[in-house]
Amino acid sequence: MESALNKPLQQGTKQTRKKEKRARELFSRTWPLHLMLLPAAIVTLIFAYVPMSGLIMAFQDFKPYDGMFHSKLVGLKHFQFMFDYPDSKQVIWNTLIISGLKIVFGLVVPFSFAILLNEVRKIFFKRVVQTLVYLPHFISWVILGAILTDMLGSKGIVNQLLNSLGIQSVFWLGEGNWFRFTVVVSDIWQNFGFNTIVFLAALSGVNPSLYEAAEVDGATRWKQTLHITIPSMIPIAVVVGTLSLGNILNGGFDQIFNLYNALVYDKGDIIDTFVYRTAILNGQFSFGTAVGLFKSLIGLVMIVFSYRMAYKYAGYRIF
Amino acid sequence: MYHKTSGYKAFSIFNYILLAVICVSCVIPLLHILAVSLSASSPANANLVKLWPIGFNFDAYAKTLNNDNFHNALFVGLKRTALGTLVGMTLMILAGYALSKDGQIFKSRSYYTWFFLFTMLFSGGIVPSYMLIRNLDLMNTIWALVLPGAINVFNMVLLMNFFRAVPKELEEASLIDGAGQFRTLWSVFLPISMPALATISLFTMVTHWNSWFDGLLYITDYRKYPLSTFLQTIIVQQDFNKINPDVNELKHISQRTVKSAQIFIGTLPILLVYPFLQRYFVKGIILGAVKE
Repeated sequence: MESALNKPLQQGTKQTRKKEKRARELFSRTWPLHLMLLPAAIVTLIFAYVPMSGLIMAFQDFKPYDGMFHSKLVGLKHFQFMFDYPDSKQVIWNTLIISGLKIVFGLVVPFSFAILLNEVRKIFFKRVVQTLVYLPHFISWVILGAILTDMLGSKGIVNQLLNSLGIQSVFWLGEGNWFRFTVVVSDIWQNFGFNTIVFLAALSGVNPSLYEAAEVDGATRWKQTLHITIPSMIPIAVVVGTLSLGNILNGGFDQIFNLYNALVYDKGDIIDTFVYRTAILNGQFSFGTAVGLFKSLIGLVMIVFSYRMAYKYAGYRIF
Repeated sequence: MYHKTSGYKAFSIFNYILLAVICVSCVIPLLHILAVSLSASSPANANLVKLWPIGFNFDAYAKTLNNDNFHNALFVGLKRTALGTLVGMTLMILAGYALSKDGQIFKSRSYYTWFFLFTMLFSGGIVPSYMLIRNLDLMNTIWALVLPGAINVFNMVLLMNFFRAVPKELEEASLIDGAGQFRTLWSVFLPISMPALATISLFTMVTHWNSWFDGLLYITDYRKYPLSTFLQTIIVQQDFNKINPDVNELKHISQRTVKSAQIFIGTLPILLVYPFLQRYFVKGIILGAVKE
């Protein structure tokens, strides 16, 4: 009787013990991994997730004196104001124009440049070209902004060149439409080289026998480019293009902030620079947060959407 | 043989010329600034200098390097770069190593991955971040420049992919020999991934050296500005109120040659590491982007 009662009990303890032992084994294998992730997780929690909770300010009339917990809740007032206020509508519009142009030309220029570079047979020349065109990508907009302001000024080297050709000086950074032009061109100039890398990688993966076969069939180089080179870059171009949609509300804060001035606020001010001026400089914290939140949300939606698109049309997955 | 046709030859010549022009356009701005910084003051102010210095001298550099404010900023810039790279790399190596483990063994891996990846997709924006730094009392400290950007998720994923490329056998051998995870990381993974670590360190260094906005946001005392922020204030915004220079100093820093010298010194570290950077990043990006 006693033994019959005890048996299942003992078995039970044995089983739990076994489980415990296995768990302990597993744990002993993974606890160092958790420990390794801990510092990074804490830093991320504090500096990325805690600010997200600060987004509550967008729905408050935040006063630094009252703090986040005692400021009055005002619902969607700031969002409503954003859509009623002509300045903020103009800013959203500016951002869309500037980033739209950057996305289109940021795709077309590296694409074409990769094709041209692919036709270079002299390896040394190719290396030199690559080394030089990647360089501007690594220089900050503080430096580039300072240099461009100097070169594009009314008496700068660019206008001197134009004058010597008999063309009138252009206010590159002082007139709204020229400012947009300058911003887009200088952004492409800074990044086209670096963005060519992925296309060159795609081209280096093309099987040379394709070209040989086309050669035998009597295709000209132009035909080969049209039917081999370009199609082999299309998938990666689709990926790059869709992924860059996530940047549709990023006009490029670093660049604009270092190039713009009060003369071109009407056409050159973008969401990020506007948020900085209204929130940090003028102390309208809640309104600035609301505009920032609007931008982040649209960005999130665009990223999720474009990842789906990239997966659907190019079979590309990042995660 | 297409490259023997006259049409292709003509194209080829055109192509070489076009590419050469594009290359030149990428370096001309720097050459121009260098030429101005090495010129005498009057031709520079009269906009006579193009790509070759007129009245060659090092005055502008001497004046820049004798300026205490510039010294300070240079020092803070170097300090934040060194500290930021050290802290960031340590955190990212540890986390990247743990994330490189198989999800079968390390069950929580996907939670951690999403925890980090989500920060790439969505952020609180500058106002809440600014409030946080204020509430943490980190304003005007070097940590405000080091910690918020310490985890670059993209670089961490690159590191993770590098660690994944290390043969499994090495890790197993090390674990069987009784080494723990930390020991395995230190004695097996780190030595073997030196090129990758060098690449990511250089990326991190460049990012830190170039960062200027956090300085503008989190540092109110100009003596604690890193060089990028200092240059942004002095040269781009031309806001001398914050720095309160005396008359003599003001005369110097508003000179075009001195400005150019400052700009060039600000670029110099990038130019110095660029050859090393360039050797690795193409390989690194492509290798890091390859997934299993």
